[in-house]
Amino acid sequence: MRALVNLEYQDIKITSEKIRSRVEGKKMLGYTFGELGSIVAMQGFAGLILFSVFVLMGLGLAIIFGQLGVINMAHGEFMMMGMYITYIMQLLFIEFAPGLMNIYFFVAMAVAFIFTAIMGGCVEFLVVRHLYRRPLDTLLATWGISLILQQSIRVVFGTREVGVVKPEWMMGSVAVTDMIDIQIYGLVVMAITIALTIVVMYLMLRSVWGKHVRAVVQNREMAGAVGINTARTDRTTFAVGCGIAGIAGSAFTMISSTAPDAGQHYIVDTFLVVVFGGAGSLLGTVASAFAISQTQSTLEFFITGSMAKVWTLLIVIGILMVRPQGLFAVKIRR
Amino acid sequence: MKKLFRRGVVFSLAVIPALAALNATAWANSHLEKWPTSKVNTTGLAVTDDTVTIGILHSITGSMAISESGSVQAEKLAIKQINDAGGVLGRKIEWIQEDGATDWPNFAEKAKKLIVNDKVAAVMGCWTSASRKAVLPVFEQYNNMLYYPTMYEGLEASRNVVYTGQEATQQILAGIDWVVAEKKPKTFYFVGSDYIWPRTSFKIARKHIENVYNLKVIGEQYYPLGHTQFNSVINKMKLKKPDVIFSIVVGGSNVAFYKQMTGAGVDLTKQTVITISATEDEVRGIGGENIHGTYMFAKYFQSLDNPNNKKFVEEFKEMWGDDIVIGDVTNNAYLGPWLWKMAVEKAGSFDIDRIKEVNPGIEMANAPEGYVRIHETNHHLYSKLRVGRARMDGQFDVVHESELMEPDPFPEGYQ
Repeated sequence: MRALVNLEYQDIKITSEKIRSRVEGKKMLGYTFGELGSIVAMQGFAGLILFSVFVLMGLGLAIIFGQLGVINMAHGEFMMMGMYITYIMQLLFIEFAPGLMNIYFFVAMAVAFIFTAIMGGCVEFLVVRHLYRRPLDTLLATWGISLILQQSIRVVFGTREVGVVKPEWMMGSVAVTDMIDIQIYGLVVMAITIALTIVVMYLMLRSVWGKHVRAVVQNREMAGAVGINTARTDRTTFAVGCGIAGIAGSAFTMISSTAPDAGQHYIVDTFLVVVFGGAGSLLGTVASAFAISQTQSTLEFFITGSMAKVWTLLIVIGILMVRPQGLFAVKIRR
Repeated sequence: MKKLFRRGVVFSLAVIPALAALNATAWANSHLEKWPTSKVNTTGLAVTDDTVTIGILHSITGSMAISESGSVQAEKLAIKQINDAGGVLGRKIEWIQEDGATDWPNFAEKAKKLIVNDKVAAVMGCWTSASRKAVLPVFEQYNNMLYYPTMYEGLEASRNVVYTGQEATQQILAGIDWVVAEKKPKTFYFVGSDYIWPRTSFKIARKHIENVYNLKVIGEQYYPLGHTQFNSVINKMKLKKPDVIFSIVVGGSNVAFYKQMTGAGVDLTKQTVITISATEDEVRGIGGENIHGTYMFAKYFQSLDNPNNKKFVEEFKEMWGDDIVIGDVTNNAYLGPWLWKMAVEKAGSFDIDRIKEVNPGIEMANAPEGYVRIHETNHHLYSKLRVGRARMDGQFDVVHESELMEPDPFPEGYQ
């Protein structure tokens, strides 16, 4: 315990030194001004990567939870399916088209979307659509589905982690200066996030399907009365949400492990982002992902990771107590 | 009525082959003269004239299945080999497998079921310390033997457990001695998952580094289990420039840690990174290209160059497939059934109390890792520490081998 206290004391000391060095323009603790500047830059970049990851995790769930009100506990498992599809695609490319390994990743992402979307559609048709009026039961039902998916992956691929290899060009980093290294995979994840967010925003706000979804959310009976096929809208919404989870999973193979239980690592943070952002608001999801990721990565720099998590959660809980509807709430009459 | 009928069917199905087996082996029952069942089993364990039943208790579902499946495979291989060589006291080993399901209270229940209902003669099982702590009271209350395979933090020495993995001092002290002599570092940085094993191990490592070598630990960072974002700590390390990074990150986090280290441009062939949590099993998920250059401290590597190990690896692959890798814990799990067989033969009895008496000093000369011996008082194994350097192909080059080390689960001056 004392070690921990010492450690935090050290970290606080570094912070204060950092501030002082900036004020006095001197070398402090052996770090030059340039070194500290680069760390701030790299830490900012780390925060942006975390932000992208959170947005990727949250987008699919924001659509499902926000629009349909379904607490989809299997969201992490749809990500995990995306990871395994990437793995399968990698094997296929190594076997049949080794020359195209550089682009396999994007193909894998597209396949992951299609496959998980179809699966999502099936799950909706078989299970979820019977439970729209009982949102708490969707929690149990989708949790059951998550267990089924995990165990089937275990049966098919074995219990051990599989290795997904990044394409050659995604390895390593670009050295901007001696100190600053920008991770290439980080840039790729960010690019995917931006592209996906724009597409989803466009679909929700401009496309016919998006209009249908919003109409159904606002007033189901009325939407039905004006000729919108509400059942089909529900199904496509659920499928698209799952498909986005698949893309997210595919992207996460670059960052983390591919294992049957990998989805579990993300599910809590995903719900945190969506609930904090305000269910139903895509903008809220993006804003909350930004707020949480920046808080966490800044805290992680100054205190140890476990404590950073604790503080992040405490802050979120504190804000949700004051604002239970989350950061952004859609104002509709119910 | 229906149930009764079904039970009758099951019973006759079970009895007919058993009778057939009896007839077939009746001529070879000489072991019964030497070790009559009534003599070798005075406490009502599941021992018949021809068989003895032991339990296998690991998680084959849930998140720990990743790690524990290798142990199950190793134990089944050992049992098969023992049976092929004539069994234990002339009796073939049969096993009952239960699934711990990554749920610690469930481990305790299944252990109780194996011991009380199935009356197994010993149990090979558990992986995490949490599961071992959960079953320990059961083994002590109902008096049975557990063979526990994982390297762990120490601070335990039950007479009902044989610890076939290394405890923290065996893994860490010799490893640090090596890295200090080899790399002449001034500063260390610790990164670990936040639970008992990494914390205890780092406590021991810090004492050793600070008190014995007078060197500095300039950072000690813990992350929750399952954490997947390590960029902040990587930045911190880049700022502090430690000579040695010591990592005890586990599970999915382990993969994330190394992927992000190499992603951030840390060259592991130049930056010294030492670890005790990346066996061949983990490296498969991490990918050799992300971890090569890292030094792992363990007592066993699949690449060990000795005849016992070559035979072991060959037979393991024959039984479980060519693409399998064998890590430290898998080797330790393999020792379990063999050490139990030796204890039974030394005691001339399956009785738990007799096994407890004879356990101290049992030696196994032809283990895949070489020579091991059960300690006189704490039932851990004397073993060597080896330093392996990760290669691109996911295997390790062994670059250092220590003397045989005494297990010391309660190290004085390190607590």
